Amino acid sequence: MSRWEVVIGLETHAQLQTKSKIFSGSSIAFGAEPNVQANAVDIALPGVLPVLNREAVVCAIKFGLAVGATIAPRSIFARKNYFYPDLPKGYQISQFEIPVVAGGGLAIRVGAANDPNATATEKFVHLTRAHLEEDAGKSLHEDFHGRTGIDLNRAGTPLLEIVTEPDMRSSAEAVAYARALHSLVQWIGICDGNMQEGSFRCDANVSVRRPGEPLGTRREIKNLNSFRFMQQAIDFEVQWQINEITEGRAIRQATVLFDPDTGETRSMRSKEDAHDYRYFPDPDLLPLEIRPEWIAEVKAGLPELPQAMNARFQSEYGLSAYDASILTATRAMADFYIAAVAAAGAGNAKTVANWIMGELAARLNKNDMAVDASPISATQLAGLIQRIADNTISNNIAKKVFEALWNGEGSSADEIIEKQGLKQITDTGAIEALVDEVLAANQKSVEEFRAGKEKAFNALVGQAMKATKGKANPQQVTDLLKKKLGV
Amino acid sequence: MSDLFNSSLRQLAATLTARKISAVELATLFLDRIDRLNPGLNAFIALDRDKTLAQARAADEKLNAGAGGTALTGIPLAHKDIFCTKGWRTSCGSKMLENFVSPYDAHVVEKLAGAGMVTLGKLNMDEFAMGSSNETSHFGPVKNPWDVSRVPGGSSGGSAAAIAARLAPAATGTDTGGSIRQPAALCGLTGLKPTYGAVSRYGMIAFASSLDQAGPMAKSAEDCALLLNAMAGFDPRDSTSLERPTEDYARDLEKPLAGLRIGLPKEFFGDGMDADVRAAVDAALDEYRKLGAITVEVQLPNSGLSVPAYYVIAPAEASSNLSRFDGVRYGYRAPEYSDLAEMYSRSRAQGFGAEVKRRILIGTYVLSHGYYDAYYLKAQKIRRLIAADFQEAFKVCDVIMGPTSPSVAFAFGAKSADPVQMYLSDIYTISTNLAGLPGMSLPCGFGNNNMPVGLQIIGSWFGEAKMLNVAHQYQRVTDWHTRMPKESK
Repeated sequence: MSRWEVVIGLETHAQLQTKSKIFSGSSIAFGAEPNVQANAVDIALPGVLPVLNREAVVCAIKFGLAVGATIAPRSIFARKNYFYPDLPKGYQISQFEIPVVAGGGLAIRVGAANDPNATATEKFVHLTRAHLEEDAGKSLHEDFHGRTGIDLNRAGTPLLEIVTEPDMRSSAEAVAYARALHSLVQWIGICDGNMQEGSFRCDANVSVRRPGEPLGTRREIKNLNSFRFMQQAIDFEVQWQINEITEGRAIRQATVLFDPDTGETRSMRSKEDAHDYRYFPDPDLLPLEIRPEWIAEVKAGLPELPQAMNARFQSEYGLSAYDASILTATRAMADFYIAAVAAAGAGNAKTVANWIMGELAARLNKNDMAVDASPISATQLAGLIQRIADNTISNNIAKKVFEALWNGEGSSADEIIEKQGLKQITDTGAIEALVDEVLAANQKSVEEFRAGKEKAFNALVGQAMKATKGKANPQQVTDLLKKKLGV
Repeated sequence: MSDLFNSSLRQLAATLTARKISAVELATLFLDRIDRLNPGLNAFIALDRDKTLAQARAADEKLNAGAGGTALTGIPLAHKDIFCTKGWRTSCGSKMLENFVSPYDAHVVEKLAGAGMVTLGKLNMDEFAMGSSNETSHFGPVKNPWDVSRVPGGSSGGSAAAIAARLAPAATGTDTGGSIRQPAALCGLTGLKPTYGAVSRYGMIAFASSLDQAGPMAKSAEDCALLLNAMAGFDPRDSTSLERPTEDYARDLEKPLAGLRIGLPKEFFGDGMDADVRAAVDAALDEYRKLGAITVEVQLPNSGLSVPAYYVIAPAEASSNLSRFDGVRYGYRAPEYSDLAEMYSRSRAQGFGAEVKRRILIGTYVLSHGYYDAYYLKAQKIRRLIAADFQEAFKVCDVIMGPTSPSVAFAFGAKSADPVQMYLSDIYTISTNLAGLPGMSLPCGFGNNNMPVGLQIIGSWFGEAKMLNVAHQYQRVTDWHTRMPKESK
């Protein structure tokens, strides 16, 4: 493998979170009965005309700002002509020569996703462009006994097609980019990121070459709707291409599909059957003009972006780069962290980070839950951390309280501590009395210790902690025991 | 009362408002004429007496109440079959849409109905508005009421013939390269193509989106002004519709023409024009000079390129616009096919006529990879040059005049075998569409075989009121627009 360089570029279709379609007033909600969300414009009755939904443009501007791209002051909608039954007009309205967003890029971290000790490499993936277009409907090949049903609910749904430069050099980089993009579009609120429902779909252009040589011929893997499939598909495709070349066969440009059942990619159509889409400016739509004031207005409403937030977490809260990147991996995670820090106090920011990435993340993973579905709220977690910070409870007891909060045994850490009597004993007199009792009741251990058995001391600490039901500060108990035993 | 069918819209409105006749009686008068005369003309291709009379009754209620009516309430008109009309078959002259009943009204239909006008029926036309003689209609050609062996012009030939034969006092038309003005000229009527963007295209079946405009066809300029008042205006459903203050297109009708500067492009007065047409146009220009106008020569040096540029741009847009007629959701579907590709090819091969297919092929070709720059882009550049020529010309004149059509109405079959000859029928009208300008045709006499000749007036952008003023002043001192074919009396 080291003798080959893999070159990958991704095209992603992100479905935009507008209320209505890009060129008509129909709803774009998912899951409605077939064709109930298709009006005269969507089914392309004779005489109907498209009218641009400005909300879709706002989404494109947000994206352009978030990736540091140029937003075209004037871009053109073009018709991409081809016949297919779920394409009602016989053309798709898209952008061709002048897209609304050009350039920009995304910083990605590769190689350390689940391991704080691994060295992650930072990489910048350049974007070629992002353009607005409408989705097609769906062809339903089942349930019609040799016929095909057409559902036009999805026809006209706004999409932002985001195209990268061929900057990625491995499936891991491609997945890291796709994840970063997936997180970003949700972060800025332009896409719900639901891959099962097709709101976020990727096509991967893959080629291989010997390092230093010109780009190899690419094949495009269509419609990758999970990160796992993306990784599998690219890995298979890369190996396939290497084998082909090694065996003396040239790669021919083609569109391929990934079959998750076999783990293989197979050719759908070759370049020879490629359509001539006969793009030309859509005469029904005026050029899309975006003035600087509009961009400024959108910018003002944009949330703090993950890159900036990541840097701020490191400088303001002293988090490590790894911690900061985990906590800004998704908007939901960042929101949770920010809310918890706000409630717990900035002084506890690091402890909050540790608890979220430790106990909470582990528990969420185990239950396959996202952080925004966590049964423990940010405020509840902050309440727990505050009680650790002010020594009301020990770390060990805190885990018990966490457990109780997870199970809904109380509405706050304070309530659980109170109800279950978990408050740490800080009264030195009380602890001393308990220690005396333990020493009196365990003369055998005391003698063993004096005879030089170090283990016996630990047994005494254990007994003392048991006597306090874990509520004493273990360090305090140890210190007292040592004092009593004259160590 | 019996001569009401030759009355102006103002006279009809006055008669209706005075309740000397009801809207139902007036509609019936025209429906009866249609029953009697249409079989010989084939202008109407959809009629529905019940629907028409129901609309007329509603108009009568408004008129009886004495309020809520407009200048057009109760006046009948007919729609070119390119306009979607709710509950009516809307065929666009094609087998493809032979059974298509529109579930919605075009903006223009909605506006005219909103003004209280009564729909008499739907009018024949060249298939998908592609034609200059009405010979491409799936429903058979429309005959010219002045001589039924001759064409009425096209593509709004049904509209022109219906008004010429006084089967309707007014009609809607559409004009992509001359489709209102040329049939108006050939049938002796007044027709107006507005500035691009003045009238919404919503619900008007698209031929070439950047050129298509709907406009009124009637006997006189005054009638056209009243109709345009109801038709024009901003429509948010058409992105190319212009948001401008509402205007009264009749406001300047009575202004005298003293000092009016009429531009005469030398390119419009060359060899292509028949002598009989030239004589009528020259006489009309003399009439204008008598009214106090002066004529100045102007130049439109690129107008010779307008026909070739048009026959790249219009087919290119059409090839894409007509893709929706695929047999999948509505319209004609071939009865037999073995797979999807065959369903498409057979449905479209059987559903479209020869001229439509010719233009789809031309359009597909000029947009193809490798040809786009040489054809489509170059045509767009020519288009800008043509518009610039007009802009220059309007610096020295208020309106431009010339012939509408190089000849009077020709016989059936005279040009149908030679598409290029047919395309040249629109040589004087096409540049207006390419530039987005308003244009009119009004009757200015008779030529060979006693066939009507049309005078074309081209206005500057949004110069409709000026154009109408210029046309109306001429019609005050001439009576060509009141003439009608003998058989229609």
